[in-house]
Amino acid sequence: MSTTKSPPARSSTAGSGPEPTSARRLKGQRRAADRGASRVFRWFTTGAGALILVLLAAVAIFLVVKAWPALTTPYDELAEQVGLLRNSSSLLDYVGPLIFGTILAAALALVMAVPVAIGIALFISHYAPRRLANGLGYVIDLLAAVPSVVYGLWGALVLSPLVQPVWAWLNANLGWFPLFSGTVSPTARVLLTVAIVLAVMILPIITAVSREVFLQTPRLHEEAALALGATRWEMIRTAVLPFGRSGVISAAMLGLGRALGETMAVLMILSPGFLYSFRILEAGQQQSIAANIAAQFPEANPMGVSTLIATGLALFVITLVVNMAARAIVARRKDFSGAN
Amino acid sequence: MAQRIDVKDLNIFYRDFKAVADIEMAVEPRSVTAFIGPSGCGKSTFLRTLNRMHEVIPGAHVQGSVTMDGVDLYGNDIDPVAVRRQVGMVFQRPNPFPTMSIAENVLAGVRLNNKRISKGDAQDMVEQSLQGANLWNEVKDRLDRPGSGLSGGQQQRLCIARAIAVKPQVLLMDEPCSALDPISTLAIEDLIAELKAQYTIVIVTHNMQQAARVSDRTAFFNLAGTGQPGRLIEIDDTATIFSSPREQATEDYISGRFG
Repeated sequence: MSTTKSPPARSSTAGSGPEPTSARRLKGQRRAADRGASRVFRWFTTGAGALILVLLAAVAIFLVVKAWPALTTPYDELAEQVGLLRNSSSLLDYVGPLIFGTILAAALALVMAVPVAIGIALFISHYAPRRLANGLGYVIDLLAAVPSVVYGLWGALVLSPLVQPVWAWLNANLGWFPLFSGTVSPTARVLLTVAIVLAVMILPIITAVSREVFLQTPRLHEEAALALGATRWEMIRTAVLPFGRSGVISAAMLGLGRALGETMAVLMILSPGFLYSFRILEAGQQQSIAANIAAQFPEANPMGVSTLIATGLALFVITLVVNMAARAIVARRKDFSGAN
Repeated sequence: MAQRIDVKDLNIFYRDFKAVADIEMAVEPRSVTAFIGPSGCGKSTFLRTLNRMHEVIPGAHVQGSVTMDGVDLYGNDIDPVAVRRQVGMVFQRPNPFPTMSIAENVLAGVRLNNKRISKGDAQDMVEQSLQGANLWNEVKDRLDRPGSGLSGGQQQRLCIARAIAVKPQVLLMDEPCSALDPISTLAIEDLIAELKAQYTIVIVTHNMQQAARVSDRTAFFNLAGTGQPGRLIEIDDTATIFSSPREQATEDYISGRFG
């Protein structure tokens, strides 16, 4: 940074007395590295890096400032003003089930989407003939371009009736398993249906990132495995998957971020409830934070809005924690990452 | 453990392009055979047909036969995966698996071949293979550290340990020292001299002194021009090739007149 205010290189060397030509030339060279386009570019990248921090801080500040009234008002007073809280004994009691529902839906979606995404990514990167791979990659990317409201409609109108018999069967035959217990919903507007739609929505991003990572596997390592007598699957297991591990985790976190914050699809499909319930086949059990905000916002008074924003703050914190946890996982085996 | 390889009428193609033509040679067991020749003459390509590694490149195929101990490696019922378990390979650049520790690297091939080995057997095998690759004393205190933390020469010996851990019949080396400094190169060359007591070794090298130092027999490859297939010019005892080769081209190459 100190060089940015120095005068142009040439005038400064001219004034510095008799010096050997080569030394003068060297000094000129050093300053040239920070002149013109190079300096502009450095400022641009620094600015872009700073911008993301500023944006993040702005969002955090917005959430805290707007949630402040709800967070600081004594709960009894708050509950009088805000109809949303009529069944809760504290603010935490209100947001708790929402956090639970949000995480449960996102986790289920992730469990379904990640294996499929890895499978598709491996097929594109290592199994499919090139032409098919390109076409398939394109189709997957198209999935990402479908608006979430369309996914919501599809989930509510097409998927729900389709999966209802399956859910009924699961409930009847595997009802001893906590997730499938309870009364199966006749409309299938339940969390498992939501999770499927969320899985489809986050599939493209996880697939696209994983595919890129798998394609980056050094040819040397793949050949090392093959030369040891590995089949293609064994080669993928010994060379490709370990190499792509951190990338796949990052991809999954991107997907999880989207699943946690998804609003429309959840709102349109799920029959909401405010319980800590693992019954994902029963209606009226769970609700996600984002969908709840969207559902309640139009009819909320100022204090109600503040309460909803407080729940949004909780979502923000969850996302941060999840991402930090993912970073920690990736960093734990850094020595073995292949980056050194 | 070591076996003889006979190559007859071998032509190697990348799709329609003939890369190597009409190879005839015998590789003797328990000896070192060196391939020398200018870049692009097909010696690496030919080396990779000996364990069917060239098939990794789409469109690559061969005509002719490569027989190891009487079995045609290109027979209809032969699985390339099985071939590679018999014919190990060491590459130009050291390529230990970066996500594995030193010990896991040594065992990588063994774990592919038979999944279940007891912990004690595994330890013995790691020690034996690393001893065999002259690396044991340098790494015995850090077997659980990543292989990528070793020096280039150590990494290459780790790759050799990994290759010999599966007890192959033949060991192919594709310019194993070209990315290494002279001291590490010397260590590898010493190792090659020891390994030939047990294995059939084929080594591609750009370094003619190296061929002269380590090999018993030397094959000289050349190509008539770009777009022409590479050919085997002659193969003979290393001493003969470097003192009185039959072909003028060989003489010109080893005396540094081209290439």
